[in-house]
Amino acid sequence: MEKTYYNPADLAKFGNITEWQSEMGRKFFDYYGEVFKEGALTEREKSLIALAVAHAVQCPYCIDAYTTDSLQKGADEAQMMEAVHVAAAIKGGAALVHGVQMMNKAKELTM
Amino acid sequence: MKSLHAQHHPLADTSYQLTVLNSAQQVGKAWPAFASKLRETGLLPLRPTGISTLQLNVGKMCNQTCKHCHVDAGPDRTEIMTRETMELCLAALRQAPDMQVVDITGGAPEMNPDFRWLVEQVAALGRQLIVRCNLTIVVANKKYHDLPAFYRQHGVRVVSSLPHFSAARTDAQRGEGVFERSIRALKMLNAEGYGQEESGLVLDLVYNPSGAFMPGSQMALERDFKQRLRREHGIEFNHLLTITNLPVSRFLDYLMESGNYAAYMDKLVQSYNPVAAANVMCRSTLSVGWDGYLYDCDFNQMLELPVEAAAPQHIRDFDLGQLNARSIVLNQHCYGCTAGAGSSCGGATA
Repeated sequence: MEKTYYNPADLAKFGNITEWQSEMGRKFFDYYGEVFKEGALTEREKSLIALAVAHAVQCPYCIDAYTTDSLQKGADEAQMMEAVHVAAAIKGGAALVHGVQMMNKAKELTM
Repeated sequence: MKSLHAQHHPLADTSYQLTVLNSAQQVGKAWPAFASKLRETGLLPLRPTGISTLQLNVGKMCNQTCKHCHVDAGPDRTEIMTRETMELCLAALRQAPDMQVVDITGGAPEMNPDFRWLVEQVAALGRQLIVRCNLTIVVANKKYHDLPAFYRQHGVRVVSSLPHFSAARTDAQRGEGVFERSIRALKMLNAEGYGQEESGLVLDLVYNPSGAFMPGSQMALERDFKQRLRREHGIEFNHLLTITNLPVSRFLDYLMESGNYAAYMDKLVQSYNPVAAANVMCRSTLSVGWDGYLYDCDFNQMLELPVEAAAPQHIRDFDLGQLNARSIVLNQHCYGCTAGAGSSCGGATA
């Protein structure tokens, strides 16, 4: 049995998901490739967004992949860390903004 | 930091580098022979399409000791090309008008005492002249401060390494303070007209990744470099050339020491691009070492892999016909030039 749920070598096998559902898998990868092409946003900007999202969803595969990709696209440490802070701010903010709901409910119940 | 040569490092021995590149014993893994990939692509034997560039490595002496240097250059290296060997190169150029481009590299080529003489002689032949200037040499000593003016006078195209528009990324590869000194030198080149619109004076920058990853899109990186260097430093340049680091010498050492060697080779091999393979620079370039010996490229030169035995071995025996008919010497490092968008001294190739 594996000692951990995540194996770095599995990242390179991502494409294998098409083996059990080729049409959906192929459509996903075509879409994925299209999304990361330069458009209104540059490839580097998209890579930094992906890096931030990777931290928000806490996906170790994505963090590996998009750290490499961000460097490859010319991002530096400062840009990558700022992207992670954006993720942290949104995640922290998302928790905190519910504090208003808590306050509303507390006010409803208390004198 | 000392060169591998001065450290008596095992990787200073090119036969050991070739063992690492070819043997599964070193990292527990081997990759298909580069020649077999070319065979699949129908490019074996790999032959020149016609030599149009003569690249002269005028010595390993350098004022910097960059972590990725495939030359293992540095202040402690003393190998430099003599004027006699330069004269043999000039004789070859007179013999072969098809060799329209002369690309002078090093080390820091400007540290060769006969460098300016060589530039004057080549310029007089009316050939396109490239000097691979590391930038910091321009501000290293008062005697080099007039280099931008000297380059302008001789119509030299200046090609300079700047691995990143951030100081941290640049200094991590090239040494503490290199970014700041490079910016000063770039401003001096700009002041001389280099990189300025309609001056006709070309200033190109070279982007080498500062780590174990491949370069991204040349076009996108050029746009980012232009924007950042203009905004933050008021610097202009013409083109950005992306060059993949090849697993040779100090970059090979870095890959081994950092535990990135196998993953980097995997990436290069997986990214093999037949279009880039067809456009490799060794098909149009002949590389001359500091001692006059001939190589298919500067990387082969640093691995001491001379041109095939049937071809002339030294610039004194130069024969364009024979050299154009030679079969190019290949090894595992060649995957670096065929990966992704390809890589050459002129940047991406595919």
